[in-house]
Amino acid sequence: FTLPGTTLVCGDSHTCTNGGVGALAFGIGASELSHVLATQTLMQRRPRAMRIRFEGTLPPGVTAKDMILHAIGRFGTAGGTGFAVEYAGAAVRALPLEARLTLCNLSIELGAKMGLIAPDDTTYEYLAGRRFAPKGAAWDAALADWRRLPSDPDAAFDADHRIEAAEIAPQVTWGTSPEQVLPITGRIPAPASAADRAALDYMGLEAGRPIEGTRVDWVFIGSCTNSRLSDLRDAAAMLRGRRVAPHVTAWVVPGSETVKRDAEAEGLHREFLAAGFEWREPGCSLCVAANGETVPPGARSVSTSNRNFVGRQGTGARTHLASPAMAAAAALAGAITDPRRP
Amino acid sequence: MQPFTTVTGLAAPLIWANVDTDMIIPVQRLVGSTRDGLGPFGFERFRGRPDFPLDQPPFAGAPILLAGENFGCGSSREGAVWALMGMGIRCVIAPSFGDIFHNNCFQNGLLPVRLPLDLIRRIAEAMEASPGNARVTVDLERQEVVTPWGEAVPFAIDARKKQALAEGLDDIALTKQREAEILAWQAKDRAARPWAWDSLA
Repeated sequence: FTLPGTTLVCGDSHTCTNGGVGALAFGIGASELSHVLATQTLMQRRPRAMRIRFEGTLPPGVTAKDMILHAIGRFGTAGGTGFAVEYAGAAVRALPLEARLTLCNLSIELGAKMGLIAPDDTTYEYLAGRRFAPKGAAWDAALADWRRLPSDPDAAFDADHRIEAAEIAPQVTWGTSPEQVLPITGRIPAPASAADRAALDYMGLEAGRPIEGTRVDWVFIGSCTNSRLSDLRDAAAMLRGRRVAPHVTAWVVPGSETVKRDAEAEGLHREFLAAGFEWREPGCSLCVAANGETVPPGARSVSTSNRNFVGRQGTGARTHLASPAMAAAAALAGAITDPRRP
Repeated sequence: MQPFTTVTGLAAPLIWANVDTDMIIPVQRLVGSTRDGLGPFGFERFRGRPDFPLDQPPFAGAPILLAGENFGCGSSREGAVWALMGMGIRCVIAPSFGDIFHNNCFQNGLLPVRLPLDLIRRIAEAMEASPGNARVTVDLERQEVVTPWGEAVPFAIDARKKQALAEGLDDIALTKQREAEILAWQAKDRAARPWAWDSLA
């Protein structure tokens, strides 16, 4: 029921995902949640405004997940603290709606509890006719209101950044924070601090080696970041006619019951099963080791989720964050792999 | 909520950058536990480690925590605040905090104070050198931290949040005092943007 121009809160930091529709959406704790239920209000300090413009065209094989990981690598996990972030630019405009949700999902990993994208025709086409979207005259009135939402061309931001989309390569994290990330073509960096050394140590990685080719034990396609129909289609396309490497355990967890039903209607589950993936029930699952679903100690996983903290996927689990295409490629190769290779 | 006036006591050093709320309390502990039962599980993964000072003398039970940048980043779980308070902590001093964690502190009477990292390090050195005698005082009314060497360092805090903390006020009760204003706004918005209200009907 998220609509442009509405305010949405929920007891989860990834509520910011909804900003992809042009809503003001952010995570809150249990006490503030009670407050909202009791009063339909929340006292908030107005955040500063940051704009991150992705200009130009994304290269083939590069996704919204790579865009936001690239930004976090550049600005750090505290780069957006105290800010609401607007994602703008030609490369953002070109993203389909579900990809915009992925982009906004990791705003909180930038430190920004709010991240949003101005609504446009992509948004309106996505919403038209949906169960909780306005209809008839109400739709027309809503559209008129929504068209007034985008920032003015001369709007001033407290921080304004530009990223050339053409320079973004598929990204994968190497460490224990989303900001410890590199392009798939890169080499594991030499540690610049004690924290870096601790991360390398935990992850069992050697500085200077290429990240590509690192052996992988588990692959998880799921989480609120990347488990929508488009993500499942992307991954399935890569898996078609091929099999997961024998030593890899691979799970796909659709994002919701609706996504699961829609995916099964298209036969996507059969593609995953044929490739050797487990097709599992919707839930947070391996993203946060929920419901006892864990990556074993010492096992290395490529995961389409949003946090690679120490022990996040299970005690001693080693997490590499990536796009669904890269996760599928890793499952096939049994190692971290460039998804652009055919 | 217990009002916050002043706290004087040991300040335990845990000056690690980017301590996320998964580190403070794992998600598994949030299921089936009460708000008051999380103290024993705070920083569970780190207990018993030589570099972790909070689970043994002299710093176990210290009311003040000295922390690093971006303390409380990551997940919005309010259990992180409850776990810290269950460990006896009433004030966290750090150069910066995760936004959601910072808000959650004020809901529970845990005072987050921003001070420069180099000053926090100096306080930590003084604490470690003389844990028997060194003490820190955090005075909310005067907005001052008094260091172990007696220097009174001012800190900034949002005026409204300060008042609520000082009076131990329940946010919900406070907001309900403005019910007429809220209902008036709702009526106005419902007329201006009926689509935003009717879609869920």
